[in-house]
Amino acid sequence: MPDLIQSAAVQTIALRRVYQSRRESVVALDGIDLSVARGEIFGVLGPNGAGKTTLIKILVTLLLPTSGQAFVDDLDVARDFQELRHRIAMVSGGENSGYGLMKTREHIWMFSQFYGLSSRVARARIDELMERLGLTEAADRYVSALSSGMRQKMNLIRGLVTDPRILFLDEPTVALDVGAARDVRREVRRWVQEDPTRTVILTTHYMNEADELCDRLAIVNHGRIVAQGTPPSLKQQVQQDVIVDLQLTLGRDLLTELRRVDGVTAATVTQQDGADRFSLLLADDGVLTSVLGIVAGSGREVLGLQKRDPSLEDAFVKLVGRGMAEEEAP
Amino acid sequence: MSRPSALRIFVKTVIARAYPRTVGHARNWSWVVIEIVLPLIGTVAMVYVYRALRAPAEYTGFVVLGGTLLAFWQNIVFDMAGNFIWERGGSNLELFTVAPTTFTAILLGMALGGIFYTAQRAAAVLLVTSLLFQVHYRPAGIAPAVGLLALTLLALYALGMLLASLFLFFGRSAWHALDGMQEPVYFLSGFYFPVHSLGAYVAGAASIIPLTLGLDAIRQVLLPGTPVFLAPAWEAGLIALQIPAYLLSAQWALRMMERLARRDARLSMRWV
Repeated sequence: MPDLIQSAAVQTIALRRVYQSRRESVVALDGIDLSVARGEIFGVLGPNGAGKTTLIKILVTLLLPTSGQAFVDDLDVARDFQELRHRIAMVSGGENSGYGLMKTREHIWMFSQFYGLSSRVARARIDELMERLGLTEAADRYVSALSSGMRQKMNLIRGLVTDPRILFLDEPTVALDVGAARDVRREVRRWVQEDPTRTVILTTHYMNEADELCDRLAIVNHGRIVAQGTPPSLKQQVQQDVIVDLQLTLGRDLLTELRRVDGVTAATVTQQDGADRFSLLLADDGVLTSVLGIVAGSGREVLGLQKRDPSLEDAFVKLVGRGMAEEEAP
Repeated sequence: MSRPSALRIFVKTVIARAYPRTVGHARNWSWVVIEIVLPLIGTVAMVYVYRALRAPAEYTGFVVLGGTLLAFWQNIVFDMAGNFIWERGGSNLELFTVAPTTFTAILLGMALGGIFYTAQRAAAVLLVTSLLFQVHYRPAGIAPAVGLLALTLLALYALGMLLASLFLFFGRSAWHALDGMQEPVYFLSGFYFPVHSLGAYVAGAASIIPLTLGLDAIRQVLLPGTPVFLAPAWEAGLIALQIPAYLLSAQWALRMMERLARRDARLSMRWV
């Protein structure tokens, strides 16, 4: 086995997964090569259907790869899955695990027992983690009565209580309010810093989360890694571009037209406060003239125009060709 | 920290998985109506059907014992084997799989947690209907009947684990199949009449369900005048053979079905 595999927390080699149904076969992962060092918080970013969750499910032994290899903590996920399960934990966003008639503390205790943890140790850890995540007051509340934020904190504690070496988080802050998402991120960061051999693999839809939390990132699209590196190095990829935010009154679709303009590297649009907010990556300042010409011809009014520094989202849009929430063109 | 042994994880899993069912019953009393009152009414109704048909008096005892043991069959089908469907819907199945425990331990925990109310349902049906319809049991048969019941339950729960492996892989299709088989199983197991009435071949084939043999043996030792399909000692011996056979098959099937489910993405995708 190569040295790299021995030193990496996660290593995948030409990993491929195809879902086969009667009607069609869908390639979810198409040759993923990945190496995550111990102690890293590694993010996997990608639009819906990019293959992020499939990757996580292979790494946590829920799915077998169609071909290729994956090693987690030096163990082959296909062959050594029983040993591997002692060393990992998984928490998914929007997860609805447990039983409504159980109390929060009981729910976490139940799952800790599946790892053979002594009840005394489990209870002490549960109390400590609940206090850290501000969940103590909900300890004796029924699981069915928890808010989504509380529930996700409970899920995170369930993942941490068994002290895994590698924690897999699949969209851990999805649908959480700002405060709850911040608490979850802070705890994940603290957990890794507490012991440098701990590793987190995280999938997320939120660019600011990836930027804030991850030491390195892989951007996945159509089952392939299109780029990987640290958040600053990914942003470097759009350093040469001119980035412009353009606010227009609502009107006919301009996105396709703008994307066709020579020198427009990428463009996305979101609706905000009754206006369209276009984010444009331009090859140089001169392209702006052509853009404004198209806007003028559309009859839409310019409400604002601003140049700004590149963000991770800009890098994502340039690499993937569309925004995170945007549906792929047919 | 040293790695917990497989035995320790097994025992702790059984206790932990039994826990929500046990406390759940104490926290939500609706099960008294669903699990005791309604089945009781069903058994009482069947006795009145026989009486209306002027069936021999001993049929009342057959129905009472059938209604009593029916609770355990429903417990293994719906609360144990079929429960994997609900566990998956709530993402529990993924978490069970990712943990270093076994499905056998999870299933045993479910079964033990369910035994609490199943036993109360069985006891309620037995006591209330026996008193209501003045069923007379052979006193010397009570101890052997308890032994036969224990043996039958062991075989039945081993069969439940085997069925669970089908749910793990086939999901809703297995659910529909088993749901559709309920009435045939009630019929073939002789829940409301002695299995002797079905003839040797059909009763022999139905003996694949431990309840068929167990119920017949219990009726023979407790109720005078029960027609003999096989002698109770023979039936006990066959049930004893079914226990290791079903347990070993369940272990093998659960491992195989998990491997197939990982291959075909059935642990983590919607049921297909």
